Amino acid sequence: MPESDHSRTALTRMIAARHLNRVGGVLQALREVVLEQGHIERADEHVVANVFNLSQAEIRGIVSFYHDLKTSPQPPVTVKVCQAEACQAVGGRAFTERVEAHLGVELGDANERVALEPVYCLGLCAQGPSMMVGQRPVARADQCDLSHEIGT
Amino acid sequence: MRLVTRNRHVKVYVPLDTSAVAAGADAVAAAFADAGAEVVRNGSHGMSWAEPLIEIDDGGRMAYANVAAADVPDLVAQRGGHPKCIGPTADVPYLARQTRAVFDRAGEDAPLALPKSTVLADCLEQAPEAMIDTIETSGLRGRGGAGFPAHIKWRTVFDTPGEQKYIVCNADEGDSGTFADRLLMEGDPYRLVEGMTIAGLATGATKGYVYLRSEYPIAARIFQAALANAYDAGLLGTDILGSGKAFDLELFIGAGAYICGEETSLLESLEGKRGEIRVKPPVPAIAGLFGQPTLVHNVISYACVPAIMTNGGDWYANLGVGRSTGTMAFQLAGNVRRGGLVEVPFGITINDLVYGYGEDTRSGRPVRTVQIGGPLGAYLKPEEFDTPLTYENMMALGAGIGHGGLVVYDDSVDLAAQARYAFEFCEVESCGKCTPCRLGAVRGKETMDAVIQARGEGRAAEDKLAMIDDLCEVMETASLCQMGGMTPIPVTSAIKRFPEDFRP
Ligand SMILES: Cc1cc2nc3c(=O)[nH]c(=O)nc-3n(C[C@H](O)[C@H](O)[C@H](O)COP(=O)(O)O)c2cc1C
Ligand code: SF4
Ligand code: FES
Repeated sequence: MPESDHSRTALTRMIAARHLNRVGGVLQALREVVLEQGHIERADEHVVANVFNLSQAEIRGIVSFYHDLKTSPQPPVTVKVCQAEACQAVGGRAFTERVEAHLGVELGDANERVALEPVYCLGLCAQGPSMMVGQRPVARADQCDLSHEIGT
Repeated sequence: MRLVTRNRHVKVYVPLDTSAVAAGADAVAAAFADAGAEVVRNGSHGMSWAEPLIEIDDGGRMAYANVAAADVPDLVAQRGGHPKCIGPTADVPYLARQTRAVFDRAGEDAPLALPKSTVLADCLEQAPEAMIDTIETSGLRGRGGAGFPAHIKWRTVFDTPGEQKYIVCNADEGDSGTFADRLLMEGDPYRLVEGMTIAGLATGATKGYVYLRSEYPIAARIFQAALANAYDAGLLGTDILGSGKAFDLELFIGAGAYICGEETSLLESLEGKRGEIRVKPPVPAIAGLFGQPTLVHNVISYACVPAIMTNGGDWYANLGVGRSTGTMAFQLAGNVRRGGLVEVPFGITINDLVYGYGEDTRSGRPVRTVQIGGPLGAYLKPEEFDTPLTYENMMALGAGIGHGGLVVYDDSVDLAAQARYAFEFCEVESCGKCTPCRLGAVRGKETMDAVIQARGEGRAAEDKLAMIDDLCEVMETASLCQMGGMTPIPVTSAIKRFPEDFRP
C-alpha cells in the first residue's frame, strides 16, 4: 500500500475512534471523514465498519442515504444554489442558469475546479435567490458579481 | 475619523447571523472597527429585508438598513440624517407591531452573552406535574408542522417508565420559506437551552440532543459555543445551578436529508443509521431514541416554554384565537419587499402579513399566490388572504400552517411548474421505504411533464390530469409518512385553485 493510503486510513481510524462512544457516532464519523478527507473511499468504509463493529453493507447503506456523504473526490470549491420555492419565486431558476453559464458546469455536475450542486433551502428565504460558496452563505446572489463571489 | 461622542466610545451593533453575514455584515463590522467604534456582533432582529441592519447606540439605539462597508464613513458623519437611517430600533413599525414571546431577546445582545434569566431557577423548585399542567393550560401546540398539543407528549414521556428518557430538538428546518429555528439558535441560543432543560425537568429526562441540519454552519458554531458557556455557568450538567438535578445537552449535525426532519427518521439518524421512517405506533413519547421515552419538539416549541413558565399558562392561552393559542413566528419569504420574521398572536390575516408587513411583492407585480407551510403546503388564492391564520381555519381550507412559512409569488408564477416541482422534490427527498411515495413521485413528475408539454402544444391533457388525481389519492392514503402523504397537497391545491395554468 502506498504511503498516502496508509496515512489516509490512519486518519479515518482516528476519526472513527473519536466518535465510537458517542450517540450516532457512525454517522458523525462519516461526516467528519468527508470534512477532513473530502470524500469517503471504500477503504474508509472498511475502517469505519471495523471500528464500529458493523458490516460493510450497513456502512454502505448509511453512506448512500445522505446527500453530504460524498463517495468521489470533490473539486476544491463547491457552489450550492438554492432550488427551493422561496428562491424560485424571485428568479432562482434563471439565476441558476446564469451560474451554470458562468462556471460552464451544469447543476449537479463538476469540473476539476468547481462542483455545482442543488440545495433545498439555506434559510435565506426572504433574501433570495441564495447560494453557498464553500461554507459562505450569499444572499441576493442575483445582484452579486459572480467572478468576485465564486471566481471561475 | 474616530467614532467617539463626548469622549465615550459609541457601540455599534452588527449582526453575526446567517442573514446578515450573507448580506455582507462581516465587512461592515470591520469598517466600523476601523472607524474606532466598539462593535458588538448581536443576533438578528429578524428584519431580513434590512440586513445588514446595524444599530448605533449613543444613548439609544438607532437602526440603519441595508448598510454596506462603503456607507460607513458617511453614516458616521451624518448619523440620523443619513438616508439609510430608519429611526430608533424600537420604533421601527415592523418590530413595534409584533408581540414577541420567543424572539424578545433575539437581536438585543451578543448571542453568547449570558442573559439574566430566573425562569430555570424557578422551575428547578417546581414539581414536574405542576410544570406539565402549566403547559396544558397554555394550550401550546407543536410548531414543527402538525400542531399537536404539547402537554400530551410531555405527560406521556413523564408517565412512561424508562431507564433513560430523552429530550430531542428537531432543528432540521428543511421547509423552504422558513428560518425561525435558525434565527433563534443564532440570536438567542440560551432560550432553546432553557426550554429543553425545563422540558427535561418536567418529564424526567436527563439527556437531550439538538438535531441540526448541516446547511446551517453558522448556527452550529454559535450553538456549540453556547452549550460550552451554559455548562461553565452551571446551567447544564449534573448539578444545575446547585440543585442536584441533572440535564446534559449535545449538538448533533445531520448529513443532508430533508426526510430527517420527520421525527422517526430523525431518531434513526440520531442513532447513526439511515434516516428511514419508523412505522408508528409506537410514538416516540413511548418508544423513541434507543426505544426509550423521548420528547421530540421543534426548536420554537421548546423556545416558547420559558415565556410560558415565566408568565403563566393563562397568559399564553389568552394570546391567539380559540385553540390556536399564543404567538406564532411567521416567516415572510419569496417575492415580498419586506420579508423576515413576524412573531404575532395567531389570528393575523395573510393580507396583513403580505401587505401590512411585507409591503407587497419585491417585483412590484401583483401577488398571485402564497404557499403556506413549506413544500408540503397548499397554494392559496388572494381571495382567501383575509382568513385569520389559525390551525382550524387553515385546515378548513385544506391547508396547514406548518412551521409558519409563507412564500409569496407574483403573477409570473406557473402553477403547473410548481406542481411538477412538488413531485420532483418528493423524488429527491423520499426515503424510499414505501412504493406510493417512491414511485408515485416519479410517475407524478413525468405525468406533469406531459401536461405541461400538451399545454405548450395547445392541448388540454385531461386524461393525464385525471391520472394525477388518482395518483395523489394513492399517495395520500397509502404512504407510510407525510412526505408521500402530503406531497399531493401542493399539487392538488394548485390544480384546484389555478386550473387555467394546467390547460392552454
Ligand atoms: C417529511 C417531513 C419533514 C418534517 N420536517 C420537520 C422539520 O424540519 N422540523 C420540524 O420541527 N418538524 C418537521 N416535521 C415534523 C416532525 O415529524 C414532528 O412532528 C415535529 O418535530 C414535532 O415537533 P412539534 O411537536 O414541536 O411540532 C416533518 C415531518 C415530515 C413528515
Ligand atoms: S412516504 Fe416517502 S418518505 Fe415517507 S416512508 Fe414512504 S418512501 Fe419514505
Ligand atoms: S428557499 Fe432558498 S433559501 Fe430558503
